[in-house]
Amino acid sequence: MTQMEQLLNAQDVQRKIEDMADQIAKQIGSPVKMALVGIRTHGVTIAERIRDILKRKKGWDVPLGILDITFYRDDLARLSEQPLAQPTRLDFDLTGKIVVLVDDVLYTGRTIRCALDQIMDYGRPQAIRLAVLVDRGLRELPIQADITGLSVNTTPAQKIQVRMMEIDSEDGVWVSAP
Amino acid sequence: MLTEKEARSAAKKIVRRKHLLGLEEMSKEEILLILQTAASFKEIFTRTVKKVPTLRGKTVVNLFFENSTRTRTSFELAAKRLSADVINFAMATSSVSKGETLLDTARTIEAMGADYIVMRHGSSGAPWYLSQRVKASVLNAGDGTHEHPTQGLLDAYTIQEKKGRFEGLKVVIVGDIVHSRVARSNIWALTKLGAQVAIVGPRTLIPPSFHKLGVQIHYDLKEAIRDADVINLLRIQLERQQSNLFPSIREYRLLYQINEQRLSLAKPDVLIMHPGPINRGVEITQGVADGPHSVINEQVTNGVAVRMAVLFLLAGARDPEREAVE
Repeated sequence: MTQMEQLLNAQDVQRKIEDMADQIAKQIGSPVKMALVGIRTHGVTIAERIRDILKRKKGWDVPLGILDITFYRDDLARLSEQPLAQPTRLDFDLTGKIVVLVDDVLYTGRTIRCALDQIMDYGRPQAIRLAVLVDRGLRELPIQADITGLSVNTTPAQKIQVRMMEIDSEDGVWVSAP
Repeated sequence: MLTEKEARSAAKKIVRRKHLLGLEEMSKEEILLILQTAASFKEIFTRTVKKVPTLRGKTVVNLFFENSTRTRTSFELAAKRLSADVINFAMATSSVSKGETLLDTARTIEAMGADYIVMRHGSSGAPWYLSQRVKASVLNAGDGTHEHPTQGLLDAYTIQEKKGRFEGLKVVIVGDIVHSRVARSNIWALTKLGAQVAIVGPRTLIPPSFHKLGVQIHYDLKEAIRDADVINLLRIQLERQQSNLFPSIREYRLLYQINEQRLSLAKPDVLIMHPGPINRGVEITQGVADGPHSVINEQVTNGVAVRMAVLFLLAGARDPEREAVE
């Protein structure tokens, strides 16, 4: 087993997500045109928590969508290493909305590129903003996060692991040794 | 429903497969993976842009040596929704009529860059024959009386969507079983998935050896469909009547037609299925075909989703060197 160093414990994770929700509220300003879209699987959990925080702290009711990017990937050979393709659920019209895309880790940027293509096939949002829990650097495409929980410098040899209570029975972020 | 671990193991098996020739050789997990993947594809039909870029740049060739509008169109739609390019090879106008062999035809198509060959042929085993000799992925769209795997899969999908399960379900297949590749594929899929399968039809159309497949054999319709959860009706091929396999269409209708009255013998929420095209008034009445139990139209929709799932899952076998998405 690779040695993993914990970057965020359960309290830190919750605090970072609250932080992200605050940043979103400040940047977007109002819930009127806003929509949260989480990228499966952990991005969805984070998006759900952000939605709940916005409801609790600001009384905002923001629609939540679930994006599965499997069919937009360009690496079908890794099918056997991927979890099952799950349905995408976007029950509202994206056209004219300010979409806040939520994912757990931003790395090369290719997943986000897939997500952008996919969102455009559903409609024409007014804007798309990106919110991530962890930005680990090493971008291969010109993609940036607008809202970030934690920034950390990593090397390609390292792995980042994000665990969330709803899926993995605990909250935390770990990084493997360089 | 598959667990993530089962899904990964099934995905590994399918990705090694490269061809879809029949359901007999597939495992239960692989079949369930196809069905779950089909559900994700079905969601795409509700969008305005009913396309995903998954098979962009790939070429799918429909090589149909037997007439079929429904299956061919369904595969075409599935491939197009995956952004693949589709070529339809129409047997009648092709060089086959000039005497070109199957293998030469296929090799020519492959030389033009086909990634997938979807094949329907009158000889059982023809797709297998081809799969041993071409580099493209071969999908069996019906070969002789052997199998019609995507029909078996879409029938299973329809049942799972409506009933939520296979274990303990009583599924009855009615009609010309001996000549039916649809029946065989259904039997393989459903027995692997844990359903109870019964077949019923005139004695001349029911192969007695089928009890070895684990199905119940009946010759009396009313007895067969008692408490059925699903009734799958095969089209009675009117050409068979010429070979005197049953006395007359009228007699077939009297003994084996599904009408509203007979329907009451089955469970109150019974599903009525049919691979199409329907002979209205022969194996099924108009009332039942258009009635609340019928899921015949949904089978058609599900067919496109299932075919997309198969093309997608077999694609993983084709590019082992591609870069990973992070």
